[in-house]
Amino acid sequence: MVFLSGDRPGSRPLARFLHGGVAPSWADLIAFLLLAATAVLIVRGAGEMSEPLAKLRATPVTLDPARLPEYALLTTLRMFAALAASLLFTFTVATLAAKNRKAGLLIVPALDILQSVPILGFLTFTVTFFMGLFPGRQLGVECAAIFAIFTSQAWNMAFSFYQSLRTIPNDLDEVSRQFGFSAWRRFVRLELPFAAPGLVWNVMMSMSGGWFFVVASEAITVGKTTIALPGIGSWLALAIERQDMRAVAIGVGAMAVVILLYDQLVFRPVVAWADKFRFEQTASQDRPGSWVYDLVRRVRWLRMAVTPLSWPARALTAIDWPIPRLKLQPVRLGPQASRVLDGLWIVVVVAAAAAAVWFLWTFLTRTLDWRDAVAAFGYGLATLVRVVVLIALTSLIWVPIGVWIGLRPAWAERLQPIAQFLAAFPANVLFPFVVVAIVALRADPNIWLSPLMVLGTQWYILFNVIAGASAIPSDLREVAGIFGLRGWQWWRQVALPGIFPYYVTGAITASGGSWNASIVAEAVTWGDKHLEAAGLGAYIAKATATGDYGRVALGVAVMSIFVIAFNRVLWRPMYRFAERRLRLD
Amino acid sequence: MRAIDDRHLLDVRNVRHLYGKPGGGGQLVLDDVDLTLFDNEIVGLLGRSGSGKSTLLRSIAGLIRPTGGEISFPRDGEASPTRVSMVFQSFALFPWLTVQENVEVGLEAQRVPAEARRSKALAAIDLIGLDGFENAYPKELSGGMRQRVGLARALVVDPTILLMDEPFSALDVLTAETLRTDLLDLWCEGRMGIRSILMVTHNIEEAVLMCDRILIFSSNPGRIVAEIKVDLPQPRNRQNPAFRRLVDSIYARMTQRGAAEERQNDGLFPGMGIGMVLPRVSTNTMAGLMEAVSAQPFNGRADLPDLAEALHFEADELFAIAETLQLLRFAELEGGDIRLTSDARRYADANVDARKQLFAQHLIAYVPLAGHIRRVLDERVSHQAPGHRFRDELEDLMSEEDANQTLKGVINWARYAEAFAYDEGTDLFTLDDPS
Repeated sequence: MVFLSGDRPGSRPLARFLHGGVAPSWADLIAFLLLAATAVLIVRGAGEMSEPLAKLRATPVTLDPARLPEYALLTTLRMFAALAASLLFTFTVATLAAKNRKAGLLIVPALDILQSVPILGFLTFTVTFFMGLFPGRQLGVECAAIFAIFTSQAWNMAFSFYQSLRTIPNDLDEVSRQFGFSAWRRFVRLELPFAAPGLVWNVMMSMSGGWFFVVASEAITVGKTTIALPGIGSWLALAIERQDMRAVAIGVGAMAVVILLYDQLVFRPVVAWADKFRFEQTASQDRPGSWVYDLVRRVRWLRMAVTPLSWPARALTAIDWPIPRLKLQPVRLGPQASRVLDGLWIVVVVAAAAAAVWFLWTFLTRTLDWRDAVAAFGYGLATLVRVVVLIALTSLIWVPIGVWIGLRPAWAERLQPIAQFLAAFPANVLFPFVVVAIVALRADPNIWLSPLMVLGTQWYILFNVIAGASAIPSDLREVAGIFGLRGWQWWRQVALPGIFPYYVTGAITASGGSWNASIVAEAVTWGDKHLEAAGLGAYIAKATATGDYGRVALGVAVMSIFVIAFNRVLWRPMYRFAERRLRLD
Repeated sequence: MRAIDDRHLLDVRNVRHLYGKPGGGGQLVLDDVDLTLFDNEIVGLLGRSGSGKSTLLRSIAGLIRPTGGEISFPRDGEASPTRVSMVFQSFALFPWLTVQENVEVGLEAQRVPAEARRSKALAAIDLIGLDGFENAYPKELSGGMRQRVGLARALVVDPTILLMDEPFSALDVLTAETLRTDLLDLWCEGRMGIRSILMVTHNIEEAVLMCDRILIFSSNPGRIVAEIKVDLPQPRNRQNPAFRRLVDSIYARMTQRGAAEERQNDGLFPGMGIGMVLPRVSTNTMAGLMEAVSAQPFNGRADLPDLAEALHFEADELFAIAETLQLLRFAELEGGDIRLTSDARRYADANVDARKQLFAQHLIAYVPLAGHIRRVLDERVSHQAPGHRFRDELEDLMSEEDANQTLKGVINWARYAEAFAYDEGTDLFTLDDPS
């Protein structure tokens, strides 16, 4: 009951069915066909994923448009597989972090760092690992691709869930304790519903980011091994290799269709549905809308077809886990004893950290010396300059435009979904067009490859600024109008403070994404032509291609340090400032 | 009225509770509290906010384990074990569950089968006057209807004792009155199946209207200082002279206590002065009260119940303001009356600048924390001090939350008085006079 809104006690599906008319409408028919087709497709796609690797070699990816829908489906399935894994991770790890103080002390900073680690740099390790796990089967490579997407989603979902668990309203907590809820009931009745809106929003944002990684991780070359999983990413890789512009265009089109369908059929309905869990006791004015969601609620047949989706959820909420007979009385420790335990815990953690340092040191020094570190650091600075300049440039462009749009509700309503769509669109499928242009014009790759880094991430700035500008209260705008505030004063005192918290959120996402994108953006190929910009991304990409694990590890580590330092020095203080001074409530 | 049975439903013995750091520096919120709940009575716990009455209620509900003492539910041979159930001030409904699902939640936790759950919930919904709203979500309901859901949810599990934590204080006056009357009707007709009610309130009239016994709490630390039996027959009439007399006498008793505490706080233990938790009372409110009491018809002296009615204040709010004025030596509280000092009369007639000067003098002289900050700033060459210096000092004496509230309160008063300045961005106290 927690999971689907269509069901209310007292209106059982059968009764509803009997009371309604019998004649199916055209919408009923279409819906039924769509749902049946989806079910068949999922079953087929899943079957294909566990084929042996030999078969994958025997039937390589082809540029046959007839196979493109199948490729698109497989790519999408990978996304959802990763999502399932991320949810599992979220529910276990974030719960542990929230409920166990000692675990939380370790997990929370770890998540924070993992958020900043360039995921693409990991591909090398994970592909090798998973292929070893499932030797000779496609499943291993599938797992590696899914893991890459997982790493782009799991951390911020876990963070969101953790934060929700820590802010559960006191009175609801007391109600559930007073009625003696079991841990499971507490989870399905209180914790999960309370966390749902934040979690759903984060899932959707993560999915947007995930498209980028699924495309990048389907066709992987590690050292001498090249593997192309059937999917849109491999299609594009092949098209690039063959310099087939038409195939690239078709691939881009297919991606656009997939994202559009995902946006309309999954993203929006789910966000609209999750709105009912919002913890406001008053009905909110503008609720997220979705035509699919409304359709499902209105059309009888569809509602019935969706009802089975709620059955597992119902079953889960109805589960009565047996109460453990053996009740462990929580041992009450004196302050002294708990301090000793804390100390012990810290010692264990420090020891583990020392072991990790030693391990990394021996691993890196086996193949590398200090000159490599200096080189990687230098490249890091080059990429840093690119990120800073590009974020500044895109901010200069999109902040005024975003404010203009945000202050005009009619425009904002139409353009906001487009900006979100663009943010979800994997920019790496567009790279070939730029590369062709650079090759044709003989432009300097050191400069002209850079915009690729923000191609996909700039939209986060745009749609956050739009959201911020539309959230500026109308009374403030009226005051500005009455006193004739305009020009720089208007920007300084009305617009910029109003959008700042939103802008910072968008810019953090954009800059993090740009660092990640540098791994695919600083080194690109078009058939036999290879373009490269000097930077840390190219450094990692090159090391990956040659299977040089030491340099990959070094590059990833240096990039993580840059991203974390960048966040701590710039974004976090700005965020704090925004939280403290510029909140509009 | 119903005869009060002498069978004990609940025994609270020597309960004390410390908040905050165990070992040292904790804050004593309950001190040596004894309470017996008999069969068939409504008992009210009346006291100022922060007097620990909610803590006591939560201890009885099993939500808090008190630091010391014993809470027991004696049972007769045949009787089933005592069950308690609670109604919350904030309603505490699950916004994602319908009215019916909210009511069923407690039964579900007890693993009652679905059909039985449904019929019991429907019966409770019917009893409490919610039929027709079964499928509504809480956010579609008004405050009064929400609290009815809270009541139905508490009753559906067949409790022996119903605990209510300021159940009507989040409602508007009319709604609260309707709900009180409905609840009393159900109680008098014995239709709720509960044996006794224990309710926390800070509304004196509400306590006199509903309870058979009222236990008055003092604050800091919470102790029961008086027990008052209310022998008026139900339904009670607020205009009844006996009712008014009882309300007046409770006002008097509560203000007496307050006065004694203030004196104890800054008179007998001068060193403890800055450890006083200051209420957040705005200078505008203080000025307004001084003006109101100074003007007709009060002429500098007012009966607190009359004043509360004239100004539409709850007794609790009025106490906080009046005691702040008392702390600042702008007023005296005695026998349920407030009397303005001569400085307060001058204040009421003065212009803005003179008011600020007068307020600054009193603030520095009588609020130990304000005087302390001012002295530190005067002594330092730079006339500056970081905020954490005082915050740390306060946190040794009170909880972090109280320390924050106290510091914020003193900053607001000092800003009005222009006694010293504070910059939030740099967390600095300065003597800079912005003028």
